[in-house]
Amino acid sequence: MDLTLFMYLIPSLIMFGCGVYGFITRKNMIAIMISLELMLNSVDINFVVFNRYLFPGQMDGMFFSLFAIAIAAAETALALAIIINVFRIAKKVDINEITKLKF
Amino acid sequence: MESVGNIILYFIVAIAIIVFSVLTVTTRKILRSATYLLFVLFATAIIYFQMDYQFLGAVQIAVYAGGILVLFVFAIMLTQQPGKSAEALTSQRRCLGLVAALCGVALCGYGLFSYAGFAGKLLSSGVDINMEKIGQFLLSTDKYGYLLPFEAISVLLLACIIGGVVIARRR
Amino acid sequence: MPLNLAIVVVALPLFMFLFLGLVGVKMGRKITGVIGVLAMLVDTILAYGVALTYFFGSGEGQIVDGVRQAVVVANPAWLSFTDTLVVRMGVLVDPIAAMMLVVITTVSLMVHLYSLGYMSDHDGNAEKGFQRYYAFLALFTFSMLGLVVATNVFQIFVFFEMVGLSSYLLIGFYYSTPAANHANKKAFIVTRLADLFFLLGVMILSYYTKTFDFDQLVFGPTMSGSLETAQSAISTAGGATFLGCSVMAWALTFIFIGGAGKSAMYPLHIWLPDAMEGPTPVSALIHAATMVVAGVFLVARLFPLYVLVQGAMNIILVVGAFTAFYAAAIACTQSDIKRALAFSTISQIAFMMTSLAVSSNENSLIEIHEGYGLGYMASMFHLFTHAMFKALLFLCAGAIIHAVHSNENDKMHGLHKFMPITSICFLIGCLAIAGIPPFAGFFSKDEILVAAYHRGLGWGLWMSMVACMTAFYMFRIYYLIFFWKKHEVHDEHHAPKDQPWTMTLPLIILAAISCVAGFVPFHDLVTWDGHALHTSIDWTVAGSSIGVALVGICLATVMYRKENPLPERMANAMRGLWTASYKRFYMDELYQFITHKVIFQTICVPIAWFDRHIIDGFFNLLADATNSLSFGIRRLQSGSIQAYVYVYLLGALLLAAITMVCVLL
Repeated sequence: MDLTLFMYLIPSLIMFGCGVYGFITRKNMIAIMISLELMLNSVDINFVVFNRYLFPGQMDGMFFSLFAIAIAAAETALALAIIINVFRIAKKVDINEITKLKF
Repeated sequence: MESVGNIILYFIVAIAIIVFSVLTVTTRKILRSATYLLFVLFATAIIYFQMDYQFLGAVQIAVYAGGILVLFVFAIMLTQQPGKSAEALTSQRRCLGLVAALCGVALCGYGLFSYAGFAGKLLSSGVDINMEKIGQFLLSTDKYGYLLPFEAISVLLLACIIGGVVIARRR
Repeated sequence: MPLNLAIVVVALPLFMFLFLGLVGVKMGRKITGVIGVLAMLVDTILAYGVALTYFFGSGEGQIVDGVRQAVVVANPAWLSFTDTLVVRMGVLVDPIAAMMLVVITTVSLMVHLYSLGYMSDHDGNAEKGFQRYYAFLALFTFSMLGLVVATNVFQIFVFFEMVGLSSYLLIGFYYSTPAANHANKKAFIVTRLADLFFLLGVMILSYYTKTFDFDQLVFGPTMSGSLETAQSAISTAGGATFLGCSVMAWALTFIFIGGAGKSAMYPLHIWLPDAMEGPTPVSALIHAATMVVAGVFLVARLFPLYVLVQGAMNIILVVGAFTAFYAAAIACTQSDIKRALAFSTISQIAFMMTSLAVSSNENSLIEIHEGYGLGYMASMFHLFTHAMFKALLFLCAGAIIHAVHSNENDKMHGLHKFMPITSICFLIGCLAIAGIPPFAGFFSKDEILVAAYHRGLGWGLWMSMVACMTAFYMFRIYYLIFFWKKHEVHDEHHAPKDQPWTMTLPLIILAAISCVAGFVPFHDLVTWDGHALHTSIDWTVAGSSIGVALVGICLATVMYRKENPLPERMANAMRGLWTASYKRFYMDELYQFITHKVIFQTICVPIAWFDRHIIDGFFNLLADATNSLSFGIRRLQSGSIQAYVYVYLLGALLLAAITMVCVLL
């Protein structure tokens, strides 16, 4: 039995679907961030796997993942800072309650 | 033909990823959610190791599992009352999420798996990706050199540090 | 003096308008007035220089074959639509333009000077708005000068509008009084209506002759002494007819309607009496001497074309002759002296129109017989003399009004003792308008009557009758103002007296001009084709005209010299006629009826309803639909990030699906 490209794509795909589901259904903003991390992670896997299987001589996919991880770290740090700030003001992190930016 | 150990490892990792991903988004306790995410991230790191990208796997563990997740945990502890779980989802909400997720999965899966060009690809061995090479690529300005993104990321991180301080600072 | 100075003559008042209008507020009132008067004095001197140079100089190209040519001093393009369709703004000097330059600047100068006194109270303090007044006077002078030196019919139209505008502004000078506002609106609307026809006429004319320029329309034919060119221009349109008349007849009739609006011909005269709400010097300048003759000038300018279209000429003749009589009949009963003078003006302008119209008849298209063109000359002559003595009469009336603070003649009576100079000047004006030699009006009116008798005995008798009425009503006014009975002085301190020199001097100058203007050799200078006319006073006509004038004067003397019950008895005897005349034959009421009851009720009200309910309703519906739709879909802007993501995701998926389907197909 061989480990083909598809076999790595399946868990990644499911991870992405879970991310989407979580992002849409969760109410807690931190949980939404966690779902976001799931989606980012699945994308990273795809980069790496495609890179390794299709162009083993190059490392572009790997570097993309590397930078994506760095950016994800930055983004998470900022987002959590904002969430904490919002919590300080609104006393909650429930996304349904924080709808000031509507009509 | 892969070694049996590799195949077994793959299955363990794949099942872990699937299970913990689902658990991450379905559990009603936020701290558990973060913990399951940690497992997913570890599993992902194992995939990287399997791909011979040791450095990337190390970064995954150090930055993601070590850094980001700790941030999450801190944020959770700052904003949640301990032991309190989120209220149950309404079925309408769940349906919406499921429809979106399944549609996305179906479409992407169909797109990926209908493309025959990927089908027979096997892992080629003998790829030597050592730290020296990565360092040279990262700081190189030649073709396939990544100095500019590297510097851009460093500036971004700096901005992020400052931004985080400014935003979260108590006024 | 070079003829080019005509440009300066025209431009100087424009400059003064801008200068006084923009800077005047910063200066004192009196200084503004003095500057205006001085500039006008310079302008007048230049205009006289230009006129003298034109009439007596022998510069290059001025005289060809013994005929004085029209000189185009400048003619830059103003609006060029196509290569051939170019509207120019130029300066053209020809006999009538030169004559008009003199008339306009003279009267304008007198009015400028006179206004220094008139627009002040009895202590010599200038009124509010003094600078504005002088700026508008300058604007009017500019517009009128631009009109008379126009090189093409479009330029005349433009300046026609501008004199209408300045007239509007000056009638409404006392904008806080409702009467002035009504009057200037009325004047503007009536003349605008007429100008619409003028514009139509201009368009038709230029469409068929392919030109605006007088050079080709008028002067080519006249100056070469033949009508061939003009005829060819007309005959190109000759084939085209509309409602049974040639297009050219329509065009010229429309243009005449434009002129009739400005010149207050029946039935478009209704604005002129009301225009007397303006300050009296303005009435003297605009509504007696200059602007109201613009229509006459227009017809005179296009005279060679009118000669060719006898139908249009006949309309002018009938309208002119009727208006002369009609206005004279009204003037006989008016008690407001300015209105009486206004109707007198209408009557006299109608004289000029008639005179133009009798210049030709069916047989005289080509053949030049004696008397042909006499009417044209007489008309211009009368225009000239009338401007002088009617300005004089109005300025006298202004002095009287300024002294007694009323327009009604029953507040006056017996002013001769109090205002001797004004009285004598007014008398000179009356004698001039009545046609007593040697005053100016005699000569010009005599020529008109001669021309009318040439046209037909009936026209001659008709005009003689109107001349008789003229003498009667003028002396009626004169006697009612200065005699009739002793003036009742309530307060010795405020007794009426002759006005300060700024107001008296123009009277004396204009009276002097009225005495001598008749001796200007017009028949040598101002003729329609540039050839001098050899006329002598026809003593049968002259004698009869003096006779009828004397009859009118005697009648007026008997009735109004001293207070007596005769006028009252006569008025009672013909009560209906008298009232009709006093009420101006109900023309205003008729207009009121037509506009309000007929046009408003049957046309405007339904259209207004349509506009309010259908047009507005449609747009309101659009607005309401947009509004409610917006309120309906604003729920999409829920503020919930997850909803946005959901929609975004579905959109992205849809796009991906579409792409995939396309790739597969």
